[in-house]
Amino acid sequence: METLEIFDRLQAEFGAEIIDTGGAAPGDLFISVNPERIVDICLYLRDSAEMKFDYMSSLSGVQNKDNSFAVVYHLYSVSLKHRVVIKTGLAEENPKLPTVERVWKCADWHEREAFDLLGIEFEGHHNMIRILNPYDWEGFPLRKDYQGQEEYHGVRIPY
Amino acid sequence: MGLLNRLGDPYNAEGVILGTMEQILNWGRAKSDWFMSFGLACCAIEFMAVNASHFDFMRFGTIPRPSPRQSDFMIVSGTVTMKMAERVKRLYEQMPDPKYVMSMGSCANAGGPYWEHGYHVLKGVDRIIPVDVYVPGCPPRPEALLEGMIMLQSMIRKEEIFKKRDKIKAEDEAKDIKAV
Repeated sequence: METLEIFDRLQAEFGAEIIDTGGAAPGDLFISVNPERIVDICLYLRDSAEMKFDYMSSLSGVQNKDNSFAVVYHLYSVSLKHRVVIKTGLAEENPKLPTVERVWKCADWHEREAFDLLGIEFEGHHNMIRILNPYDWEGFPLRKDYQGQEEYHGVRIPY
Repeated sequence: MGLLNRLGDPYNAEGVILGTMEQILNWGRAKSDWFMSFGLACCAIEFMAVNASHFDFMRFGTIPRPSPRQSDFMIVSGTVTMKMAERVKRLYEQMPDPKYVMSMGSCANAGGPYWEHGYHVLKGVDRIIPVDVYVPGCPPRPEALLEGMIMLQSMIRKEEIFKKRDKIKAEDEAKDIKAV
Protein backbone atom coordinates (compact mmCIF):
# COMPACT_ATOMS: atom_id res chain seq x y z
CA MET A 1 0.00 0.00 0.00
CA GLU A 2 1.26 3.48 -0.82
CA THR A 3 1.78 6.22 1.75
CA LEU A 4 -1.14 8.31 0.49
CA GLU A 5 -3.54 5.38 0.80
CA ILE A 6 -2.27 4.67 4.32
CA PHE A 7 -2.77 8.35 5.11
CA ASP A 8 -6.41 8.16 4.04
CA ARG A 9 -7.04 5.02 6.08
CA LEU A 10 -5.39 6.54 9.13
CA GLN A 11 -7.39 9.72 8.80
CA ALA A 12 -10.61 7.72 8.57
CA GLU A 13 -9.63 5.87 11.73
CA PHE A 14 -8.10 8.62 13.87
CA GLY A 15 -9.40 11.89 12.37
CA ALA A 16 -7.61 15.00 13.60
CA GLU A 17 -4.77 13.04 15.18
CA ILE A 18 -3.34 12.58 11.70
CA ILE A 19 -2.09 16.00 10.64
CA ASP A 20 -0.94 15.76 7.04
CA THR A 21 1.35 14.06 4.59
CA GLY A 22 4.38 15.60 2.95
CA GLY A 23 7.66 14.97 1.20
CA ALA A 24 9.20 15.89 -2.12
CA ALA A 25 9.53 12.63 -4.03
CA PRO A 26 7.21 9.58 -4.11
CA GLY A 27 9.75 7.50 -2.22
CA ASP A 28 10.20 10.30 0.28
CA LEU A 29 6.64 10.64 1.58
CA PHE A 30 5.83 10.71 5.26
CA ILE A 31 2.78 11.09 7.50
CA SER A 32 2.71 13.62 10.34
CA VAL A 33 0.73 12.64 13.40
CA ASN A 34 0.08 14.01 16.89
CA PRO A 35 2.25 12.42 19.57
CA GLU A 36 -0.59 11.90 22.12
CA ARG A 37 -2.16 8.81 20.52
CA ILE A 38 1.00 7.46 18.87
CA VAL A 39 0.62 4.08 20.62
CA ASP A 40 -2.90 3.56 19.25
CA ILE A 41 -1.81 4.61 15.77
CA CYS A 42 1.17 2.25 15.91
CA LEU A 43 -0.99 -0.62 17.19
CA TYR A 44 -3.43 -0.03 14.32
CA LEU A 45 -0.55 0.00 11.83
CA ARG A 46 0.81 -3.21 13.28
CA ASP A 47 -2.42 -5.19 13.69
CA SER A 48 -4.72 -4.06 10.87
CA ALA A 49 -5.03 -6.73 8.18
CA GLU A 50 -4.26 -4.21 5.42
CA MET A 51 -1.20 -2.69 7.11
CA LYS A 52 0.62 -5.45 9.04
CA PHE A 53 3.63 -3.28 9.82
CA ASP A 54 5.29 -5.98 11.86
CA TYR A 55 8.80 -4.54 11.68
CA MET A 56 10.10 -1.18 12.92
CA SER A 57 13.33 -0.60 11.03
CA SER A 58 14.25 2.63 12.75
CA LEU A 59 13.16 5.10 15.35
CA SER A 60 15.12 8.33 15.30
CA GLY A 61 15.10 11.51 17.31
CA VAL A 62 15.51 14.78 15.40
CA GLN A 63 16.05 18.38 16.41
CA ASN A 64 14.70 20.72 13.76
CA LYS A 65 16.08 24.06 12.61
CA ASP A 66 13.66 25.92 14.90
CA ASN A 67 14.96 23.85 17.86
CA SER A 68 11.73 21.85 18.17
CA PHE A 69 12.05 18.09 18.29
CA ALA A 70 10.63 15.26 16.20
CA VAL A 71 10.54 11.49 16.38
CA VAL A 72 10.53 9.56 13.11
CA TYR A 73 9.33 5.96 12.80
CA HIS A 74 10.38 3.90 9.78
CA LEU A 75 8.03 0.95 9.48
CA TYR A 76 8.12 -2.04 7.17
CA SER A 77 5.78 -4.93 6.62
CA VAL A 78 7.61 -8.17 6.02
CA SER A 79 4.49 -9.99 4.85
CA LEU A 80 2.98 -7.26 2.64
CA LYS A 81 6.36 -5.74 1.61
CA HIS A 82 5.37 -2.10 1.97
CA ARG A 83 6.81 0.66 4.09
CA VAL A 84 5.79 3.96 5.63
CA VAL A 85 7.39 6.83 7.53
CA ILE A 86 5.56 8.37 10.50
CA LYS A 87 6.68 11.67 12.01
CA THR A 88 5.66 13.29 15.28
CA GLY A 89 6.52 16.83 16.30
CA LEU A 90 7.47 17.73 19.87
CA ALA A 91 7.95 21.02 21.71
CA GLU A 92 11.37 22.48 22.37
CA GLU A 93 10.83 22.52 26.14
CA ASN A 94 10.70 19.15 27.87
CA PRO A 95 10.03 16.92 24.82
CA LYS A 96 8.18 13.74 25.75
CA LEU A 97 5.82 11.24 24.16
CA PRO A 98 4.48 7.74 24.96
CA THR A 99 6.73 4.77 24.31
CA VAL A 100 6.01 2.25 21.55
CA GLU A 101 8.20 -0.30 23.26
CA ARG A 102 5.19 -2.55 23.80
CA VAL A 103 4.23 -2.36 20.13
CA TRP A 104 7.62 -3.25 18.67
CA LYS A 105 10.07 -4.65 21.19
CA CYS A 106 13.07 -3.33 19.28
CA ALA A 107 11.93 0.22 20.06
CA ASP A 108 13.47 -0.25 23.50
CA TRP A 109 17.06 0.56 22.51
CA HIS A 110 16.08 3.01 19.76
CA GLU A 111 14.18 5.08 22.30
CA ARG A 112 17.04 4.92 24.76
CA GLU A 113 19.36 6.24 22.06
CA ALA A 114 17.02 9.14 21.28
CA PHE A 115 16.90 9.87 24.99
CA ASP A 116 20.66 9.61 25.39
CA LEU A 117 21.58 11.93 22.53
CA LEU A 118 18.63 14.36 22.38
CA GLY A 119 16.90 14.09 25.77
CA ILE A 120 13.54 13.08 24.33
CA GLU A 121 11.70 11.29 27.10
CA PHE A 122 9.54 8.27 26.31
CA GLU A 123 6.86 7.94 28.96
CA GLY A 124 6.17 4.41 30.14
CA HIS A 125 9.51 3.02 28.95
CA HIS A 126 10.63 0.35 31.42
CA ASN A 127 14.29 1.37 31.46
CA MET A 128 14.75 4.99 30.36
CA ILE A 129 18.52 5.33 30.92
CA ARG A 130 21.42 6.28 28.67
CA ILE A 131 22.56 3.63 26.22
CA LEU A 132 25.78 4.94 24.60
CA ASN A 133 27.20 7.62 26.88
CA PRO A 134 28.25 6.87 30.45
CA TYR A 135 25.38 7.04 32.94
CA ASP A 136 26.83 10.10 34.67
CA TRP A 137 27.26 12.08 31.43
CA GLU A 138 25.98 15.66 31.53
CA GLY A 139 23.74 17.09 28.81
CA PHE A 140 22.44 15.68 25.55
CA PRO A 141 25.19 15.74 22.91
CA LEU A 142 23.14 16.07 19.71
CA ARG A 143 21.13 19.09 20.91
CA LYS A 144 21.96 22.26 19.04
CA ASP A 145 22.89 24.17 22.22
CA TYR A 146 25.13 21.40 23.56
CA GLN A 147 28.43 22.47 25.08
CA GLY A 148 30.95 19.67 25.56
CA GLN A 149 32.24 18.86 29.01
CA GLU A 150 35.64 20.29 29.93
CA GLU A 151 36.56 17.30 32.04
CA TYR A 152 35.29 13.79 32.65
CA HIS A 153 36.42 11.93 35.80
CA GLY A 154 39.53 14.09 36.03
CA VAL A 155 40.59 13.71 32.37
CA ARG A 156 40.56 16.79 30.13
CA ILE A 157 38.38 16.35 27.03
CA PRO A 158 39.19 19.29 24.66
CA TYR A 159 42.15 18.80 22.34
CA MET B 1 70.35 -22.65 18.14
CA GLY B 2 69.51 -22.62 14.48
CA LEU B 3 71.31 -19.33 14.02
CA LEU B 4 74.66 -20.70 15.21
CA ASN B 5 74.22 -23.77 13.01
CA ARG B 6 73.75 -21.52 10.01
CA LEU B 7 76.77 -19.43 10.92
CA GLY B 8 78.85 -22.56 11.27
CA ASP B 9 80.29 -21.53 14.66
CA PRO B 10 82.52 -18.68 13.35
CA TYR B 11 84.40 -18.19 16.62
CA ASN B 12 85.17 -21.87 17.19
CA ALA B 13 83.41 -21.58 20.52
CA GLU B 14 81.47 -24.83 20.36
CA GLY B 15 78.12 -23.12 20.77
CA VAL B 16 79.13 -20.74 23.53
CA ILE B 17 77.70 -17.23 23.26
CA LEU B 18 79.40 -14.43 25.11
CA GLY B 19 77.45 -11.46 26.33
CA THR B 20 76.43 -9.63 29.43
CA MET B 21 73.58 -11.00 31.51
CA GLU B 22 71.61 -7.89 30.63
CA GLN B 23 72.03 -8.44 26.89
CA ILE B 24 70.90 -12.05 27.09
CA LEU B 25 67.92 -11.30 29.33
CA ASN B 26 66.87 -8.42 27.12
CA TRP B 27 67.30 -10.57 24.03
CA GLY B 28 64.87 -13.04 25.51
CA ARG B 29 62.48 -10.35 26.65
CA ALA B 30 62.50 -8.59 23.29
CA LYS B 31 61.84 -11.76 21.32
CA SER B 32 59.02 -13.03 23.47
CA ASP B 33 56.47 -10.28 23.96
CA TRP B 34 52.97 -11.34 24.76
CA PHE B 35 50.32 -8.82 23.94
CA MET B 36 46.83 -8.32 25.19
CA SER B 37 44.42 -9.09 22.40
CA PHE B 38 41.73 -6.47 22.27
CA GLY B 39 40.63 -4.01 19.62
CA LEU B 40 38.69 -0.78 19.85
CA ALA B 41 37.75 0.42 16.36
CA CYS B 42 38.66 0.11 12.68
CA CYS B 43 42.39 -0.08 13.57
CA ALA B 44 41.55 -3.44 15.10
CA ILE B 45 40.68 -4.73 11.62
CA GLU B 46 44.15 -3.81 10.38
CA PHE B 47 45.54 -5.28 13.58
CA MET B 48 43.78 -8.55 12.78
CA ALA B 49 45.40 -8.48 9.34
CA VAL B 50 48.77 -8.11 11.06
CA ASN B 51 47.99 -11.17 13.14
CA ALA B 52 46.90 -13.23 10.15
CA SER B 53 49.23 -15.38 8.09
CA HIS B 54 50.18 -12.82 5.42
CA PHE B 55 51.93 -10.47 7.86
CA ASP B 56 52.43 -13.09 10.56
CA PHE B 57 52.85 -11.01 13.72
CA MET B 58 53.89 -14.11 15.66
CA ARG B 59 57.27 -14.27 13.93
CA PHE B 60 58.27 -11.45 16.30
CA GLY B 61 57.63 -13.79 19.19
CA THR B 62 54.35 -12.18 20.05
CA ILE B 63 51.50 -14.28 21.36
CA PRO B 64 47.99 -12.93 21.89
CA ARG B 65 46.85 -13.31 25.48
CA PRO B 66 43.26 -12.98 26.61
CA SER B 67 44.22 -11.67 30.04
CA PRO B 68 46.11 -8.51 31.03
CA ARG B 69 47.82 -10.50 33.79
CA GLN B 70 49.73 -12.55 31.22
CA SER B 71 50.62 -9.70 28.85
CA ASP B 72 53.84 -7.76 28.36
CA PHE B 73 52.39 -5.02 26.21
CA MET B 74 49.09 -3.70 24.98
CA ILE B 75 48.26 -2.28 21.57
CA VAL B 76 45.64 0.42 21.86
CA SER B 77 44.16 -0.09 18.41
CA GLY B 78 41.53 2.54 17.78
CA THR B 79 39.38 5.36 19.11
CA VAL B 80 39.39 5.57 22.89
CA THR B 81 36.08 7.02 24.07
CA MET B 82 35.80 8.56 27.51
CA LYS B 83 33.73 5.56 28.55
CA MET B 84 36.38 3.14 27.30
CA ALA B 85 39.27 5.19 28.72
CA GLU B 86 38.54 4.04 32.25
CA ARG B 87 38.48 0.42 31.13
CA VAL B 88 41.74 0.80 29.19
CA LYS B 89 43.37 2.35 32.23
CA ARG B 90 42.17 -0.46 34.45
CA LEU B 91 43.48 -3.08 32.01
CA TYR B 92 46.84 -1.33 31.94
CA GLU B 93 46.98 -1.30 35.72
CA GLN B 94 46.24 -5.04 35.80
CA MET B 95 49.28 -5.84 33.63
CA PRO B 96 52.44 -6.95 35.48
CA ASP B 97 55.64 -4.92 35.17
CA PRO B 98 57.58 -4.49 32.95
CA LYS B 99 54.80 -3.36 30.65
CA TYR B 100 54.71 -1.42 27.41
CA VAL B 101 52.06 0.35 25.39
CA MET B 102 51.81 0.80 21.64
CA SER B 103 49.38 3.46 20.49
CA MET B 104 48.05 2.50 17.07
CA GLY B 105 46.51 5.01 14.69
CA SER B 106 45.64 8.69 14.79
CA CYS B 107 42.74 8.26 17.23
CA ALA B 108 44.81 6.65 19.94
CA ASN B 109 47.69 9.05 19.24
CA ALA B 110 45.82 12.35 19.33
CA GLY B 111 42.09 11.91 18.85
CA GLY B 112 42.29 11.56 15.06
CA PRO B 113 39.27 12.89 13.14
CA TYR B 114 37.47 13.45 16.46
CA TRP B 115 39.97 16.02 17.67
CA GLU B 116 37.63 19.00 17.37
CA HIS B 117 34.02 17.84 17.66
CA GLY B 118 34.51 14.52 19.40
CA TYR B 119 32.92 15.45 22.70
CA HIS B 120 33.19 11.82 23.83
CA VAL B 121 36.68 10.92 22.58
CA LEU B 122 39.88 10.90 24.59
CA LYS B 123 42.36 13.06 22.66
CA GLY B 124 45.28 10.69 22.85
CA VAL B 125 45.62 7.62 25.03
CA ASP B 126 48.78 9.13 26.55
CA ARG B 127 46.51 11.28 28.68
CA ILE B 128 45.73 8.25 30.83
CA ILE B 129 48.59 5.74 30.35
CA PRO B 130 52.27 6.14 29.35
CA VAL B 131 52.85 5.27 25.68
CA ASP B 132 56.14 3.80 24.43
CA VAL B 133 55.58 3.62 20.67
CA TYR B 134 53.24 5.71 18.53
CA VAL B 135 52.22 4.27 15.17
CA PRO B 136 50.75 6.95 12.89
CA GLY B 137 48.14 6.27 10.22
CA CYS B 138 44.41 6.15 9.82
CA PRO B 139 44.47 3.21 10.08
CA PRO B 140 48.19 2.33 9.84
CA ARG B 141 49.25 -0.17 7.22
CA PRO B 142 50.22 -3.54 8.68
CA GLU B 143 53.82 -2.75 7.73
CA ALA B 144 53.66 0.35 9.93
CA LEU B 145 52.58 -1.72 12.90
CA LEU B 146 55.41 -4.17 12.22
CA GLU B 147 57.81 -1.20 12.20
CA GLY B 148 56.35 -0.17 15.55
CA MET B 149 56.95 -3.67 16.87
CA ILE B 150 60.57 -3.53 15.72
CA MET B 151 60.95 -0.19 17.50
CA LEU B 152 59.49 -1.64 20.68
CA GLN B 153 61.87 -4.60 20.48
CA SER B 154 64.91 -2.39 19.99
CA MET B 155 63.71 -0.31 22.95
CA ILE B 156 63.47 -3.39 25.13
CA ARG B 157 66.90 -4.61 23.95
CA LYS B 158 68.55 -1.39 25.08
CA GLU B 159 66.82 -1.35 28.44
CA GLU B 160 68.87 -1.39 31.62
CA ILE B 161 67.99 -4.06 34.13
CA PHE B 162 70.70 -4.13 36.77
CA LYS B 163 71.99 -0.60 36.87
CA LYS B 164 68.42 0.66 36.65
CA ARG B 165 67.86 0.38 40.39
CA ASP B 166 71.06 2.25 41.20
CA LYS B 167 70.09 4.89 38.69
CA ILE B 168 66.59 5.29 40.08
CA LYS B 169 68.01 5.33 43.61
CA ALA B 170 70.48 8.05 42.70
CA GLU B 171 67.72 10.07 41.07
CA ASP B 172 65.50 9.68 44.12
CA GLU B 173 68.31 10.74 46.44
CA ALA B 174 68.96 13.77 44.28
CA LYS B 175 65.26 14.62 44.51
CA ASP B 176 65.34 14.21 48.30
CA ILE B 177 68.28 16.57 48.56
CA LYS B 178 66.41 19.09 46.46
CA ALA B 179 63.30 18.65 48.56
CA VAL B 180 65.26 19.24 51.77
